[in-house]
Amino acid sequence: MTVSVEIRDLAITFGQGLSAVRVLPGVSFSVAAGECFGLVGESGSGKSTVLRCMSLLTDIWTGEVRIGGRNVRDIPLKERCRLMQMVFQDPYGSLHPRQSVRTVLAEPLRIHGMDNHEARMNRALTDVGLPVSFLDRFPHQLSGGQRQRVAIARALILEPSLLLLDEPTSALDVSVQAEILNLLNRLREERGFTYIMVTHDLAVVDHMCDRFAVMLHGEVTEVLPRAAIPGNGATHPYARELIAASLEYEGQL
Amino acid sequence: MEQPILEVKNLSIRYNGAPADAVRGVSFTLGRERLGIVGESGSGKSTVGRAILRLLPSAKVSADIMRFEGTDLTALSEAQMLKLRGRRMSMILQDPKFSLNPIRRVGHQVAEAYLRHFPVSRAEAKAKTLEMLAAVRIRDPERVHDLYPHEISGGMGQRVMIAMMLLADPDLVIADEPTSALDVTVRLQVLNILDGLVRDRGIGLIMISHDLNLVRNFCDRVLIMYGGRVVETIAARDLDQATHPYTRGLLAAQPRIGGPRAPLAVLDRRPEWTEEFTQ
Ligand SMILES: Nc1ncnc2c1ncn2[C@@H]1O[C@H](COP(=O)(O)OP(=O)(O)O)[C@@H](O)[C@H]1O
Ligand SMILES: Nc1ncnc2c1ncn2[C@@H]1O[C@H](COP(=O)(O)OP(=O)(O)O)[C@@H](O)[C@H]1O
Ligand SMILES: [Mg+2]
Ligand SMILES: [Mg+2]
Repeated sequence: MTVSVEIRDLAITFGQGLSAVRVLPGVSFSVAAGECFGLVGESGSGKSTVLRCMSLLTDIWTGEVRIGGRNVRDIPLKERCRLMQMVFQDPYGSLHPRQSVRTVLAEPLRIHGMDNHEARMNRALTDVGLPVSFLDRFPHQLSGGQRQRVAIARALILEPSLLLLDEPTSALDVSVQAEILNLLNRLREERGFTYIMVTHDLAVVDHMCDRFAVMLHGEVTEVLPRAAIPGNGATHPYARELIAASLEYEGQL
Repeated sequence: MEQPILEVKNLSIRYNGAPADAVRGVSFTLGRERLGIVGESGSGKSTVGRAILRLLPSAKVSADIMRFEGTDLTALSEAQMLKLRGRRMSMILQDPKFSLNPIRRVGHQVAEAYLRHFPVSRAEAKAKTLEMLAAVRIRDPERVHDLYPHEISGGMGQRVMIAMMLLADPDLVIADEPTSALDVTVRLQVLNILDGLVRDRGIGLIMISHDLNLVRNFCDRVLIMYGGRVVETIAARDLDQATHPYTRGLLAAQPRIGGPRAPLAVLDRRPEWTEEFTQ
């Protein structure tokens, strides 16, 4: 199955009274079913917050998030987990140090009362290019790239349709990043996943995404097709500056 | 030929208790140029930088030659090293948050670093501090002088670190991933400032980075490290014509703006890369 995403006026304020900070004043964008949509912008601009709101890790927001046409707040927790999963940046922090890969993968299966645990765990590991023998390993026995593969396997095991990827390769070396990006592209081709991917690297956006939103101070300044990157087709001043800096950094100016 | 700023020959380093050397047989010389050291995490880049500044108390460091402006670094006492460090050779690290004292105003910290090395009055040190903050293109030096580290952004913090380091007028600067924690727009500003100052003053710069784009554009020459060894040395402008399969593999693994969308090349790591010695 493949799902679309629609976000309307997503707004959130942290804190109260004088210390209240309006982190997202009102974000709107939509993502087509099967699309890879990028979220870029300077650090602190609210990219991770958008993903955390969508997945209801944070739920004090206002506005509307629709996934496959349904209001995310109307989807029961268990069903929501089977619909969308999140992958975080830090492959070191996101796995519990004393849990084996088997435990990491078995837990969601148990919670969701799924059958054929062994077969599903084997499939998830094979999908992310790890040998089945890794089920008995612990995080300290894995490299950074292998940990991120396990984190992706954990996200895949409930067979979601939508993956929220928060800088999934920022902590990895470029050769390991290449393996993970190839893996994500292959999975999207095979399964029709929809991705929303936060990254700070426009070369990654150009390689992976169909369109992307440029965020600044909690707002979407502009949504652009990937083709806008090489010739800097942005119109908003910050989006132009970001693309220009990325081109210059790559030595393309 | 002009005397090199730094001369390193056959440098090997093993951390205490480690089963193998973290750095093996590294040799290079540095003139008034920008030398990049690039490679993946764990390849030994930071260890080389720390060894030059003699900041490795828990490791065994050996070298045939490790000479800074003619001075044999391996023979200096810690007291003599203290006179060099921060004065004639300094280091910039990735995150200024860890290098600045959180409970002291940034201007005072810069002035203090200056007072540590030069016999001047506090007023002179402050004047010099403001001048240097302006030199790293901080628009309102008086205001920034009075801020605490948590009140400034990462990019501003890194400029303060550059100001602090350049005040001592060093001959050698080792920058270890100085902009990896910064947004790309800010990263370019900081690199351009560092670049301008280093060139104007004829400082020798060692730029340690995992980022091929950075060393390509901000260095003259690049050492590529793998598994503790230098596998290739190449002029930065020729990086795309690198011949070592590891360097070529790194370049091919990197997605590029406007590049093809075919699967990215994946490194096929060869055992002989850690054995051979090309230079
Ligand atoms: N739980 C929270 N409480 C208060 N402020 C928060 C919280 N989470 C995020 N913020 C603030 O929201 C802003 C956006 O953060 P984030 O979404 O993490 O940005 P990004 O992912 O774009 O770097 C930042 O200023 C951050 O400090
Ligand atoms: N303090 C330390 N004690 C023991 N081993 C270390 C220490 N610091 C680094 N190492 C090891 O030395 C090798 C080189 O590390 P480092 O110089 O930090 O690499 P790089 O800077 O290229 O990422 C790695 O294998 C690392 O695990
Ligand atoms: Mg974030
Ligand atoms: Mg390092």
